[in-house]
Amino acid sequence: MNRKRVIVIGGGIAGMESAANLASMGYDVTLFEKSQELGGHLLGWEKLFPTMRMGKDVVKFLDKGVHLAKVNIVKNSNITNASKNGNLFTVSCGDGAKYESEALVLATGYDIFDAKRKEEYGYGIYDNVITSAELEEIFLSGKPLLTTKGEIPKRVGIVHCVGSRDEKVGNVYCSKVCCVTAVKQSIEIKEKIPDSNVFCFYMDLRMFGMHFETLYKQAQEKHAVNFIRGRLSEACENMDGSLLVKVEDTLAGKPLRMSVDILVLMVGMVPSEGTKKIGTMLGMNFGANGFLKSQDQHTMTSISNIPGAFFAGCCGSPRTINNVFADARSAAMMTASYLEAYDIEERITYI
Amino acid sequence: MKNFGFSLSKDRQIDFDKSDKRIMDFVKIEEPTFNICIACGTCTATCSAGNFTEMNLRKMITLIKRGEITGVRAELSKCMLCGKCSLACPRGVNTRNVIFKINQALEKYSL
Amino acid sequence: MKYDPFVIPFCLGAIILAFVLIYKYFSWIFALNKTDKHKILKGIFSVRIFKAIKEVFLESLLHRKVFRVNPMLGYMHMSLAFGWLLLILGGTIESKVHSLKMFNTPYEPIFFKFFNHDISMFSGAEEFKFVMDLLLLFVLSGVSLAFIKRFYSKLFGMKKTTKLKIGDWMALTALWFIFPLRFFAESFTSGIYHNGGFLTGTAGNFFASFLPLENLTYIAWWAYSIALGAFFIALPFSRYMHIFTEVVLIFLRNFGIKSTKEYNSFSEFEIHSCSRCGICLDKCQLLTAARIKDTQAVYFLQSIRYNNLKEGKAFDCMLCGKCQEFCPVAIDLNNIRISKRMEFASGNNNFDYLIPKIEKTAPIIYFAGCMTHLTPTIKIAMESIFKESKTDYLFLDKDGGICCGRPLMLAGEILNAQKLIEKNVKLIKELGAKTLVTSCPICLKVFKEDYELDIEIVHHTQFILKLAEAGKIKLNKSDLNVVYHDPCELGRGSGIYDEPRTLINKVGNLKSISQEKELSLCCGSSLAGIQLNSVQKELVRIDTLKALEKNNPDCILTACPLCKKTLAKDSSIDVKDISELVWNGITESKIVELTQNSN
Repeated sequence: MNRKRVIVIGGGIAGMESAANLASMGYDVTLFEKSQELGGHLLGWEKLFPTMRMGKDVVKFLDKGVHLAKVNIVKNSNITNASKNGNLFTVSCGDGAKYESEALVLATGYDIFDAKRKEEYGYGIYDNVITSAELEEIFLSGKPLLTTKGEIPKRVGIVHCVGSRDEKVGNVYCSKVCCVTAVKQSIEIKEKIPDSNVFCFYMDLRMFGMHFETLYKQAQEKHAVNFIRGRLSEACENMDGSLLVKVEDTLAGKPLRMSVDILVLMVGMVPSEGTKKIGTMLGMNFGANGFLKSQDQHTMTSISNIPGAFFAGCCGSPRTINNVFADARSAAMMTASYLEAYDIEERITYI
Repeated sequence: MKNFGFSLSKDRQIDFDKSDKRIMDFVKIEEPTFNICIACGTCTATCSAGNFTEMNLRKMITLIKRGEITGVRAELSKCMLCGKCSLACPRGVNTRNVIFKINQALEKYSL
Repeated sequence: MKYDPFVIPFCLGAIILAFVLIYKYFSWIFALNKTDKHKILKGIFSVRIFKAIKEVFLESLLHRKVFRVNPMLGYMHMSLAFGWLLLILGGTIESKVHSLKMFNTPYEPIFFKFFNHDISMFSGAEEFKFVMDLLLLFVLSGVSLAFIKRFYSKLFGMKKTTKLKIGDWMALTALWFIFPLRFFAESFTSGIYHNGGFLTGTAGNFFASFLPLENLTYIAWWAYSIALGAFFIALPFSRYMHIFTEVVLIFLRNFGIKSTKEYNSFSEFEIHSCSRCGICLDKCQLLTAARIKDTQAVYFLQSIRYNNLKEGKAFDCMLCGKCQEFCPVAIDLNNIRISKRMEFASGNNNFDYLIPKIEKTAPIIYFAGCMTHLTPTIKIAMESIFKESKTDYLFLDKDGGICCGRPLMLAGEILNAQKLIEKNVKLIKELGAKTLVTSCPICLKVFKEDYELDIEIVHHTQFILKLAEAGKIKLNKSDLNVVYHDPCELGRGSGIYDEPRTLINKVGNLKSISQEKELSLCCGSSLAGIQLNSVQKELVRIDTLKALEKNNPDCILTACPLCKKTLAKDSSIDVKDISELVWNGITESKIVELTQNSN
């Protein structure tokens, strides 16, 4: 039997899950991953909110998915060209290999906001300013959280919305995951260093997901994490290497300055370079914020402007892991229905 | 309003039906970014005058929107218009013109 | 006495014009303050008057500066102004030589050929005929260029020409008619009496072959006189007011009178000196990038003149100073804009809370400036450089400190700015330092212009260059290809173009770009652009970045925290302050030294 082929680009959660689903439906699926390992950003995280289960558990689940369904995996791929000719998609790689398919799923994810662009927060300038991604790496490595002088921090500051909801860096959207990540990470800090004080500086706490609010309450109740409603204007370095943060405690109605030993920046999500590159090659539409744009925000999610090309996960917008799973399966479903000649566009009655 | 029998202390509530919203009405038309403030406080955190005085732009904007305008003139007189707030604001509020317009409103309505 | 009723429109116009001008100029001079009036008295009887005369000749007649910007436009202005003056002078001499009288009626030179049909009697008559016709041709060439410019401004290298008011249209139409009418009147007369030169004579003979000149000649002279009269009456209410006002302005300037940040009657001379040549239009990024069509200097001055200045027009300008840089009349456009902002400003500041607290002092004061606190890399680079060079310095606004007063000034809050400046001056004077170094060009400008400190005031690029030249720091030349963005307040604002460039060349390879130095663009975030919206600012920013990124340099350098922060927002290329590159170089060379020593 001549099986219909699907190319999935991006071996993170979205790519793996949609590839696994499509392959299990009987399609000939090839999954491209630019690095040497499947799993994407998830590989860099220790525990996941809100349940604190291990990130690698989820990676295992995904791995099993692609292997059981016999997805063809191309690792270390360097895609030099992606295009649609007639009804066929062609993907060429740096090593000269060419792949063809009847449908394509883009799952190229997001990049982490470059915190250096928020110069006033001192990342890359002051030693003890780190990003949430770096904190996660520390947790994952099992090493203790220490200042650059090797001391256990007494006070840790966590800054929300770095590179998100900020007109000044050109990202006006909410990255969705940072608020709850801040709560998660502050709990982890407190669990590892019970004597420390953790301060979260936030504009709004967006605990939208199921159990997020519970986690937030747990952070307050069990760990006495401090939440200060005010966005940091700037951070300076004290003589001893600690950081002086300037903020307004908007609930107290007064400017507040405070020294912290380590400052963690909750970096947001930006459209990945891969999304920009391959999306442009294929001629896909991008939205105002630089993420891929679906044909309709409510009814045509995952469906791009190119017939047969779909997208899943954070290349479309910032998402939590469970949202990515749902989105990846939805994209797989839409891809399959396209290959079975189901015309969803026919249902569109509005202009 | 119910009479609880006490009249010694002044009512602490914002009486939104009676409060003076003229500054708000003036500024929101003259400088529409007045409306997009989310009260994050970055302006106040970075404010040069705020280090020394009660000057608090975030609070002032909120209060003006509620019609609570006593003390606005005195507070605003401290502002050096340096513009750090506009450089820091994540929403793109044109803070310097907001301040300029509040001053104009104060003048216009002799407040 | 030679007389004919057709001279009445001309005479009436000339008399009205003279009265209006005298009235206006005297009332403006009268309104000047005492010091300025004194300067005029002193100036009239000094050598300055000769300098002024020379400048009038070069600028008001030859239009040298317009020539520099645009030769075609320069020729047009010169042929009209200088050509007309020569026509008047030539006519005067011709009529005097002819009548052999020192005094004749003032209109005789103008209508010479009407009154003198037989002019071959005096010696040199032929030469006069030739010269006068040549001059008429010269002026006519200018008129035709003016006509063409009105409809095809692109021929003059101008994307835009100015929009006109009613008074302008009247005067302009009259002006367009004056010289063609003179040509017809003289040609027709010559067609009958054969008293024309190579131009009017030939044309006269030609017209005589098919036109009833007997009837037309007299009408043509009437029309010529009416056109002149109409032009003179419309002149004070039109842009042509600049013809005479610019002359007075040049004299006043040479007498040492300067524009101030407050609007006064000297400003009246300035705004009436604008010829609305429109050179400022193409220079303005608000027009070319942000598509704001009515705020450019020429329209701004026009609204002041016609008393219909709206607040927006006073406040959307970035005061980048580019129009001023290229204004052929050198009108102090930024000062006028600031002075007009003052009329809308209503702040009433009280800075009593600023109490100077001096704990220590040093020979060198470093004032980072408000904005520099939001770009900590500049602050750190500067502190490191101070330490490296073993400079004994005091970081005056280390803890966030105080504003310099320039932002208030740019908003038209002059009186409030002065209150703040007073406070700062007192503090700085008490510190008794020798040098004031600042990282912010906005601060630099106000320190230099309005503080009246008798100490050295330098921008950090100047200071670092001096340190390097004195061997106090060792700079390390990297192989980075860089471009430099001149901050408005540092370049055009303070005239500092060379030191930053010399310094950059010591730490990298400076590549020149098309829009630099006097031509440099504004980042868009100028504190002066108070009422620009975010979209308009973005359009300016993107326009500027396009010019900077053009040859894909490794790094965009600037010397202003505000420019840096603004440009970095949308730049795909690294944006740095010069001080950062200097400090990077020093640290790198130290690492090299360390590794060499350990080997």
